[in-house]
Amino acid sequence: MDLMSMLQAVLFNYTLRTVALGAATLGIVSGALGCYAVLRRQALLGDAMSHAALPGIVLAFLLTGTRQPLVLMLGAMVAGWLATLALIGIVRTTRIKEDSALGILLSVFFGFGMVLLALAQKQPNAAQAGLSKFLFGQAASLVVRDVVTMVGLGTVALLLMLLFWKEFKLLSFDPDFGTTQGFPIRLLDIGLTALIVVAIVVGLQTVGVVLMSAMLVAPAAAARQWTDRLGVMVALAAFFGALAGVVGAMISATARGMSTGPTVVLCISAIVVFSIFFAPNRGLVWNMVRQQRNRQHLLRRVDRELVLEPE
Amino acid sequence: MHTNTLAIEVTDLTVAYRDNPVLWDVDLAVPAGILMAIVGPNGAGKTTLIKAILGLVPIAAGQTLIYGKPYAVQRRLVGYVPQRGSVDWDFPTSVLDVVMMGRYGALGWIRRPGRRERDLAYEALEKVKMHNFADRQISQLSGGQQQRVFLARALVQDAQVYFMDEPFQGVDATTERTIVTLLQELRSAGKTVVVVHHDLQTVPQYFDWVTLLNVRRIASGMVSEVFTEENLRLTYGGRVTLIGHNSASSMLSEPLSAADHNKG
Repeated sequence: MDLMSMLQAVLFNYTLRTVALGAATLGIVSGALGCYAVLRRQALLGDAMSHAALPGIVLAFLLTGTRQPLVLMLGAMVAGWLATLALIGIVRTTRIKEDSALGILLSVFFGFGMVLLALAQKQPNAAQAGLSKFLFGQAASLVVRDVVTMVGLGTVALLLMLLFWKEFKLLSFDPDFGTTQGFPIRLLDIGLTALIVVAIVVGLQTVGVVLMSAMLVAPAAAARQWTDRLGVMVALAAFFGALAGVVGAMISATARGMSTGPTVVLCISAIVVFSIFFAPNRGLVWNMVRQQRNRQHLLRRVDRELVLEPE
Repeated sequence: MHTNTLAIEVTDLTVAYRDNPVLWDVDLAVPAGILMAIVGPNGAGKTTLIKAILGLVPIAAGQTLIYGKPYAVQRRLVGYVPQRGSVDWDFPTSVLDVVMMGRYGALGWIRRPGRRERDLAYEALEKVKMHNFADRQISQLSGGQQQRVFLARALVQDAQVYFMDEPFQGVDATTERTIVTLLQELRSAGKTVVVVHHDLQTVPQYFDWVTLLNVRRIASGMVSEVFTEENLRLTYGGRVTLIGHNSASSMLSEPLSAADHNKG
């Protein structure tokens, strides 16, 4: 499928339009909120929370028997929240460091989720059939009901982020100073983490629990290359996320049997690689050019000033 | 009233990390309108003392008052300059933006900084001679420039009492001079400034009061009275060679001139 016919399909094909809208939503929400995860060095936390969502999703299904998106997302949120609590508990009460604790939690929750998934798949009813899509994502399975839920949750999360823009910036840059300014930093921390959980949950059905954290980290990392302003960074990351989401979802939705997570992640990775090399100022290529130029300047000066007056 | 003239009053302050006391039963009474240095060896609890007063670390026992009332209700009166290394200077933000953060508390929830905050921040940047850098990204600053930005951020708070954690640490000569001038201006405006300080040589030159700290409070008072060889030995153990060629007492009778003090 060439680009033109793909564009045509997005605009006029009802299913593809739904898929594109869902993918754009997840890209915008995770791209924007992912900036905070990256700036606060919590990229790994996002990874642990998205893996931890799996048992939440499957348990929510096993307990209620429905695959209502809101029910499953609620299950994912509760599981992510429990994982975060467990993390704080482990770091506070034991001598295990945060990165090790994250590693432990990620695998324990994910392993538990896989066991539950195997149990659910033994059930005779057909409803469980869609659950395994949460592993690597299946954009083609998005229906209007899913996208409506995603847009609703995502809009609330983004509005809260904009509303508390100044507070979240202070929290991310200098939390101690924020405390002396009279803001309840612990509460803001919990709030921002909750928004990041929402961003993860919004993308789970499309991208899957295994690769979802890439959609938090990669757009932010790419955007950081292009700008030195937080506002621009958040907007750019949202744009990169949406771009990768839509292109990846389209590729997977039109190719049979292709999971969406991997294609979306490949798209965002391409953007990241391009940004790392070619962004002005921070890009590697420009750095090399600059270094080369400086060296030549220096060499020329050495020639001029030292060669003319030998010892 | 006696308590009314005290800017900072700390009684029986004890802070522990797990079961190690970091501060033990510290008392402090700091009158308003003075410049006070806190000195002591590494691990003496200097930073912890400031953080405990500001409610940033949990205290095991004791009480701290700012102008006679608990810090929690006097927050607006207190400005804070944390250690430069405590933040990520690669954060995507500008110099002016960082300085405006000093107004966030006064702005309160949700309200965005506007023209007034911008003007105040610019004014503060002029005081620390950083106004030409207002739009710079903060990662492009030298260490001394970063320090001055942090000072400007505290200045826009328009506080009565300032706590500064090692503002002289690793800064250039211009920054050191700017900070010293600024401290003197703050004192003439009746403000109280508490500075964690490392360079014993400059204590008599820059400060009126000094607190010698090593987990316990060794001494606290006017520099001319408590900055003695004896007290320094008590604070630093045997290592009073830190004072250099002068003895503490001779430093007190004739403060080092700028020429003697050749540390750039």
